[in-house]
Amino acid sequence: MDPNLMGKKILLLEAGNKKVMDKVPEMYSTRVSSISPGSATLLSGIGAWEHITKMRYKPYKRMQVWDACSDALITFDKENLLDEMAYIVENDVAVAALTKQLDSLSDNVRVKYRSRVVKYTWPMPHHAADSVPWVQVTLANGETLQAKLLIGADGPNSMVRQELGIPTVKWNYDQSAVVAVLHLLEPTENNVAWQRFLPTGPIAMLPLSDTLSSLVWSTSHQLAEELLEMDEERFVDAINSAFWNNENQSELIDTAGSLFRGALAAIMPSTGSPRQLPPSVAGVGPKSRVMFPLGMGHASEYIRHRVALIGDAAHRVHPLAGQGANLGFGDVACLTQLLSQAAFNGKDLGAIQHLLEYETERQRHNLPMMAAVDLMKRLYSTNSAPVVLLRTFGLQATNMIPTLKEQIMAFASK
Amino acid sequence: MLSQLGRLVSGRYHYKRSVSCGMFREAAGRSWFSCGALCKRRSQLQRNACLEMKQRVVPCQISSRSASRTTVDHDELKKFWSLASKWWDEHGEFSALHALNDLRVSFIRDNLLNVHRARHPGKPLLGLRILDVGCGGGLLTEPLGRLGANVLGIDPVEDSIGTAQLHASHDPDLCDRISYQACTVEELSAEVEGGEEECRFDAIVASEVVEHLADLETFAFCCSHMLKEGGSLFITTINKTNLSYALGVVVAEQLLRIVPRGTHDWEKFISPVELERLLESNGVSVQSVKGMLYNPVSGAWSWTNSTAINYALHAVKQRVRPQQDRAEHSGP
Repeated sequence: MDPNLMGKKILLLEAGNKKVMDKVPEMYSTRVSSISPGSATLLSGIGAWEHITKMRYKPYKRMQVWDACSDALITFDKENLLDEMAYIVENDVAVAALTKQLDSLSDNVRVKYRSRVVKYTWPMPHHAADSVPWVQVTLANGETLQAKLLIGADGPNSMVRQELGIPTVKWNYDQSAVVAVLHLLEPTENNVAWQRFLPTGPIAMLPLSDTLSSLVWSTSHQLAEELLEMDEERFVDAINSAFWNNENQSELIDTAGSLFRGALAAIMPSTGSPRQLPPSVAGVGPKSRVMFPLGMGHASEYIRHRVALIGDAAHRVHPLAGQGANLGFGDVACLTQLLSQAAFNGKDLGAIQHLLEYETERQRHNLPMMAAVDLMKRLYSTNSAPVVLLRTFGLQATNMIPTLKEQIMAFASK
Repeated sequence: MLSQLGRLVSGRYHYKRSVSCGMFREAAGRSWFSCGALCKRRSQLQRNACLEMKQRVVPCQISSRSASRTTVDHDELKKFWSLASKWWDEHGEFSALHALNDLRVSFIRDNLLNVHRARHPGKPLLGLRILDVGCGGGLLTEPLGRLGANVLGIDPVEDSIGTAQLHASHDPDLCDRISYQACTVEELSAEVEGGEEECRFDAIVASEVVEHLADLETFAFCCSHMLKEGGSLFITTINKTNLSYALGVVVAEQLLRIVPRGTHDWEKFISPVELERLLESNGVSVQSVKGMLYNPVSGAWSWTNSTAINYALHAVKQRVRPQQDRAEHSGP
C-alpha cells in the first residue's frame, strides 16, 4: 500500500463474484493477456506478481510477425535472448492474484461483490451551500455511497462514462476474435509469440506452456462463427493452414519482395533473426472456443470533476498488438503516482488539478499507440497489390533497423 | 487620551502605521513591559480561555465585545468581506492562492518534518498544533489538516470564517482536526498569554497576510508569544521592490487581473531583511528564505532564487536562556 495513501478508504464495487483460486486448475482458461514488463513491475510493486508467478505464467522472449501476402517478416527480441519480452498470464490467474492481495489490505480497501450501480449523482464544481460536494452512488440494493473521487474502471461500455456524457470516438471493426487453447503437435521450448497477418485479419499463437498455446484469431464475423461451429479436426486444419499456407502470395509480390530485400541488404548489413517456423497444432482444449466482437474506442475526456476513467472505460484497442491490458495498467500506475503526490501535499483527492495531469499524461501516451494499432489493422486488412507492396517494404525496412525496433519495443513495454 | 489609556490597561493595542500617529506608537512602545505584567495578573482568566480553546469552542468571547479591529486595517477588511463567498472557486479570484498551495504546503511540511520526524504514514504532521493566521476560507488550513495536524484558523472577517467552516464541515476527515475562530491575532495572543506551554503552537503560518496588516510589530510580538520554544513561523509575502510594484501590483492587478484590483498596497510590502530584523527583535530567528515566482500562463508557482517579488520565510522561536526563565518566575 502506498504510504502516502494509508488512511484513505477505498471501496471497490464489483459486479461479479469473488474469484478465489486456492489451487490452479489443470485446464488452462481461454482468456489470456500479454503483460508487458512495465505492467509486471506495477503488479510486483503491489505484491500481486509474486502470487502470479507461484500460480501460472509464461514468459516469452521473441515475437515473430509476418505477412500472408508476401514474405515480409519482422522479429522482436531482446538482445542475447536472455531477457524476457513479456509474459502471458491467464486472466483468471491475474484476477485471483489481485483478489488475494486485496484480502491482505482489508483495513484500507473493501470490496463489494455482486453490486450494481443504478444511479450516479455528480457534484457541482464549487458547491452551493446545501448540496453534497462529493460524488453520490446509488446501488441496486438501495444503499447510497459518497466518495471524494470516483474511478470508473467499468469496461468499454462504461456506465460512468455514459452517465457523464463524455463524447467518445468509437467504431466497430467488422471483426470478431476467436480464442481457444491449442494443444501443440510436439512439446517445444515455446518461448516465441507468433502473429501472421491474413487479409481477413491477424491470427496469433501465444505460448502458455511447453505443450499448449493460446489462439487469438481476429477475423470477419462470418468466418468467426464458422470457426466456432467446426468440429475439432477441421478447426485444427484451419489454424495450421492459416499459419503455413502461401496461397495469398502472388509472383509479383514475391519478386518485388526479394528485390526490396536485396536493395536493403546492400544499404545496411542484414540484421534481424532468421525466419522461424511456428509449431503445428494437433488439438484444441475441450470447450475452450469463445468469440467476442472487436472495436476501437477512445473517450475524448478521461476526467471530470471528482471522476477519472481508466482502462477500457477510457480506451479500447484491437488485440493485434497485445496492448489493451497494458494501457490500462499504465493508467493505474500514472494515477496512483499522482494521487500519492496529491495526498502528500494534503490535497483533496478529487481535486481537478492532478486529475488533469493524469489525463494529459495518459492521452499523450495512449493516443499514438491506438493510432498505430488502428493503422496496422487497416493496413493489413487488404490484399490489394499497392498496399501490400507498401507494407512489405515498410516491414522489411523496419526489421533491418535495430534502433527503430528497440524504440517500438520500449514504447510497448511501458 | 483617556480612551487610549483605557485600551492600554485592558491589554489591547491600537496602532496605526501612518505618520500622524507616530506619537501613539512611541507611547505604546513604552507600554510593552507594563502590558507583560498586566497579562500575568490576568493569567487565571486566560487559563480558562485556553481550556475553552482546547475544547474547540468556536466563538471567541473577546472578539464579540470588541468594536475596533487592531492589527488589521478596516479598508483591507472591506476588500475581503465582499469576496468571502468566492474562496473555494478554484478558477475565480483566488485561483493564484489555490495554486500557491503546491509550494507553501510542501514548504511547511518539509521544514516541520526536519524537526519532528514523521511516524505516521499518510499523516506526516500528526500530533502538531498549527495556527493559520488570516486563514480566509481555509485554503491552506485544510491541506495542513489533511496531513494530520490540529489546525486552528483565525481571520477577522466573519464571513470568511463562515465559508471556511461550511467547506470543512463536509469532510468528516477534517471536522476533528480543524477549527476556526473569527478573531484577530492579538486577541488570540491575549488568550494564550501566560497560559500553559500546551496552549502554544508548534507552528504558526501567516501566508499572504503581512502585506495586509496595519501593524507588523504587534503581529510579530503576538506570534512569538504564541509559539512554543523551538516552534516554527512560516510567512509568505511580497517584497518591497520596484519589480514587485511593477509585476505584483501593476501587472497582476491591473493588466492581467490575476488578483482583484486594489488587493495590494505597495506601501505595506516588506523586504525579507526588514522582516528578519523584526522577527529577530522578537526572539524568532530566520532559518531560510526562498523566492517564489508565479507563471500567469500556466497558472503555476515555482521556487526561484530571486526574492524580488514573492518569498517564503521560515523562522524558529529561539529557546529562552535558563537565567531569564528564573527571573520571570520570581517576578510579581
